[in-house]
Amino acid sequence: MAETDLIDTLVGIAPGSPLDVIRAGRAVARHHSQESYRVLFTPDAPGDVSRHERFAIGAYVAALHGAADLVDHYAAEAAAPDLVAAAAAQTRAIGPTGRFPAGPLSLEDTAAPAFHLDAATAAALGPRLATALAHAHFLVFHPRDAAPAAFDPLLAAGWTVDGLVTLSQIVSFLTYQIRVVHGLRVLAGHI
Amino acid sequence: MSEPNTFTRAQVEWLPWLEPLLESALTPRHLAALIDAARAKSPYFRLLARDPDALEHRTRTDKDIFYNPVAGAPRADRELAAAAVSRLNGCIYCASVHARFAATYAKREADVDRLLAEGVGADLGERWNAIVAASVALTQTPPGFSAAHVERLRAAGLDNLGISDIIHAAAFFNWANRLMLSLGEASVPG
Repeated sequence: MAETDLIDTLVGIAPGSPLDVIRAGRAVARHHSQESYRVLFTPDAPGDVSRHERFAIGAYVAALHGAADLVDHYAAEAAAPDLVAAAAAQTRAIGPTGRFPAGPLSLEDTAAPAFHLDAATAAALGPRLATALAHAHFLVFHPRDAAPAAFDPLLAAGWTVDGLVTLSQIVSFLTYQIRVVHGLRVLAGHI
Repeated sequence: MSEPNTFTRAQVEWLPWLEPLLESALTPRHLAALIDAARAKSPYFRLLARDPDALEHRTRTDKDIFYNPVAGAPRADRELAAAAVSRLNGCIYCASVHARFAATYAKREADVDRLLAEGVGADLGERWNAIVAASVALTQTPPGFSAAHVERLRAAGLDNLGISDIIHAAAFFNWANRLMLSLGEASVPG
């Protein structure tokens, strides 16, 4: 393989190992999982979302999942990694939670965790990153509470519509990548 | 049209909250990222086309995880994992699509309807219970998927590639659910 595969690296998959053989059985998914990571975090043209913002969101989402090795990976190139770590420590929760559209499913509604940063952390992050972390927190823990108004604070903080699509892809992709790493690591220990 | 408030195998529409690209404005790069030309009609894919590289690699990942027919977990099992994750996260649109696929490929409409009606605790028989339990554990934040889930899947007849397929199908629907839920809403006639 010409390029290092991040999932292989994090799981510790050596060439010729059982997990290498398993992943080779889905070589297209393996390749495009890595390509998804590449274009979302190190795009040739970062457009409306800077590389340091992308990695900061990565470090935050990984921290919300308790995925320490992914936190280290993303924090290394993140904007304000110490502030992002503080934000994660202030907002850790469990999921999924949230409300369903009113009706019979309302019986399954559960209270969503609040996103609340202390004033110093929020101010130091600045509105662009603070609103992005708030959106990531909602997407990670209670995505079924979605509403169009969720975009309002981001738009007010200067996010463009293209940027919101990229932000949504970054957070949503991370919830995939973190789970593949978690799942394959468990499988590797029980082949 | 209105927002559905129950899970269903019926056809559900999806309406964007952010402005998709106009079909007439799609460049060759956008069209390539859509992969299937018919997706130029879909507001969901035309919205995601605002980041064409992310869309293209998302779609190629998706297709191999679900459509690669070589060995591993049968398509029905992968679709069940997608439906179970969607049921837990609360994506009525995603659940409708993958409940239809699971029911079609497995020819088990009643079991799929039980998952939709009762939720991820429904009794679907041991093999499907094992797949749903593994999908649920992996979907929780933080993930609770453990060795016991691997052993239960193996005891239910899945081999290592099959277990990896369930991991990927469940993980992928955490990605897909969050896009569908947060960028627009489900809609049904009436």
